[in-house]
Amino acid sequence: MKDALGNVQRILVLGGTSEIALATVRALARQRPGVQVVLAARRSDRRATASASLAALGIEVAEVDFEATDRASYERAIGFVFDAGGDVDVVLVAFGLLGDQERAWQDLDAALELAQVGYAAAVGCGVLVAGRLRAQGHGAIVVMSSVAGQRPRRSNFVYGSTKAGLDAFYTGLGVALAEDGVQVVVVRPGFVRSRMTAGLKAPPFALTPDQVAGLITAGLRSGRGTVWAPPAMRWVMLVLRVLPGPLFRRLRI
Amino acid sequence: MDRRRRLSGWGRTSPSVATVHAAGDDADLRGLLARVGPRGILARGLGRSYGDAAQNGGGLVVDMTARQRVLSVDADAALVSVEAGVSLDQLMRLLLPRGLSVPVSPGTRQVTVGGAIAADIHGKNHHVDGSFGQHVTALDLLVADGTIRTLTPDSAESPLFWATVGGMGLTGLVVRATLRMKRVETAYCAVDTERCADLDDLMGRMAEGDHRYTYSVAWIDCLARGRSLGRSVLTRGQPATLEQLPPTLRTRALDFSPRQLLVAPPGIPSGLLNRLTVRAFNEAWFRKAPQERRGEVQGIASFFHPLDAVARWNRIYGPRGFLQYQVLVPFEAEDTLRRCLGMLSDAGQASFLAVLKRFGPANPGYLSFPAPGWTLALDVPIGAPGLGALLDRIDEEVLAAGGRGYLAKDSRLGASAVARMYPRLEEWRAVRRTVDPDGVFVSDLARRLGL
Repeated sequence: MKDALGNVQRILVLGGTSEIALATVRALARQRPGVQVVLAARRSDRRATASASLAALGIEVAEVDFEATDRASYERAIGFVFDAGGDVDVVLVAFGLLGDQERAWQDLDAALELAQVGYAAAVGCGVLVAGRLRAQGHGAIVVMSSVAGQRPRRSNFVYGSTKAGLDAFYTGLGVALAEDGVQVVVVRPGFVRSRMTAGLKAPPFALTPDQVAGLITAGLRSGRGTVWAPPAMRWVMLVLRVLPGPLFRRLRI
Repeated sequence: MDRRRRLSGWGRTSPSVATVHAAGDDADLRGLLARVGPRGILARGLGRSYGDAAQNGGGLVVDMTARQRVLSVDADAALVSVEAGVSLDQLMRLLLPRGLSVPVSPGTRQVTVGGAIAADIHGKNHHVDGSFGQHVTALDLLVADGTIRTLTPDSAESPLFWATVGGMGLTGLVVRATLRMKRVETAYCAVDTERCADLDDLMGRMAEGDHRYTYSVAWIDCLARGRSLGRSVLTRGQPATLEQLPPTLRTRALDFSPRQLLVAPPGIPSGLLNRLTVRAFNEAWFRKAPQERRGEVQGIASFFHPLDAVARWNRIYGPRGFLQYQVLVPFEAEDTLRRCLGMLSDAGQASFLAVLKRFGPANPGYLSFPAPGWTLALDVPIGAPGLGALLDRIDEEVLAAGGRGYLAKDSRLGASAVARMYPRLEEWRAVRRTVDPDGVFVSDLARRLGL
């Protein structure tokens, strides 16, 4: 149960190796010691490393197997976490896939995998988590969207299309759940220096996962439904969204 | 009609959504127990506990204010039997004209008898009269198996009585109670007011003179620093006798019809109560108080419940809400109290309602808050950076001195701290298990603190 100062007690991370999610867990745990977290991810060395890094900070960590391409897997994982243990205050929906964007619009398997992980599984998990949080009567969902979902770009439009769908779903979910005491925070980061973007050239406004985490915790505290990271991205995207197509294409972004 | 509603405490922080059921008769309440879901059930009164004590997210919350009948009044024995949803306001309006006052009154009349028992509330007279539970001669508790137990303070069932007094509603639903009222000649108090220069001055006067008064409480300017740390206004009084009233009041000595003067409007932004405004308020409050005044006659309402004149005053803290922080520090740990106050004052936490009070002996309630010592209570707006860490540090000081926080006001303690603050928690759990092994009665507070 969240306390009067917004300190949380138990967090579930779907996509438990996401750097932004882990940074967010660290930021929430810094506010108050004694936080419990469940990392749901594919069984891997990376998950073990993530778990150890949080445990080293005094956070009580549990791991659960989670495969976004397998409905039975994520149903089982979410059911297990909510049935065993106390209420979940925050669910971070942070799994995703960038992949090879050129293959993604030409290769059927690559395209469908991206659609499954980036959109279908996000919707599936959203439905399940929303049901559980409604039953609790409180809680928050933080979902990692992206500015890439705001206007399709040549360089990453398949990824962007999954984020556009995810963003619309969770934005609507936030409205649907408002009556149930459940907050949904849709996070729209620009470029974040992380594993996902390793090797890509960082544009201006690039943030670190910790910076995004700071904006997320502030958004959780203030009850916001949308968090832009950095906040100025909101205005950049406002302009980019209304730019005429021929002009937008010439920007080569 | 059951309705899903967002509920919060008086501090308006961390709300949750529950199914709210307006309490019907006993059979109706029994029927509820038969259809309790996995999220359990909890009674709620007038919602004056500050944190999440009267919330049960996702579960059932029984609005007990629908049960507000006064069942019998025995004026000779000063005993009154009421349903649990009767408020102290209602009791005072009904019984003061007959010379009976509530035995223990907190800072507001807008609490129910059921809530007063669950939180084992205290008032300005704790050092003399103890807490609310000590004036309950019997109560009817609907427990998880659907039976109603009549409990008294000293019988075979007394462990359950004392687990219910201060038990935060977690042993069952209090449906009825019999209270021993206090006889008074008038609806007034004779009040002495003194200004105290600093904390030592204040504590000296209280330790030396509180036993001469039925009521005693001090308001402290939390923003005063350095040598003025703890500068305060001490007000102490007695129930006024008929002779103490001015002649004009004597003919209506027992009239009691306090009016609500204002309603705080919605939409006040957070941050209105900040260091500057509170400093100005505190300065004015301190200057307004006389250096010393003896025997002033004040109405019970203005002496005990000044804030009741402004309905919904919690709105002045804005949408972020506020928390009330109340701790108890045992006698002999005055240094701890001084350090705590110093930390608050150094941090410049704007609190325009900081009060200090000396408690008398504890009662047998397992989770009852009052015990011999000093209790400091303050309202703090949410939003100041570092507030959580500051209060955590003060908790540590309080714990180290063997003190505790008050569950009815708590909205931010952790499970481990509470277990250390309430050494009889395990005993309480054992008694609770005898009537509610599955934890059907549960609240957000209970979940947060692992009670």
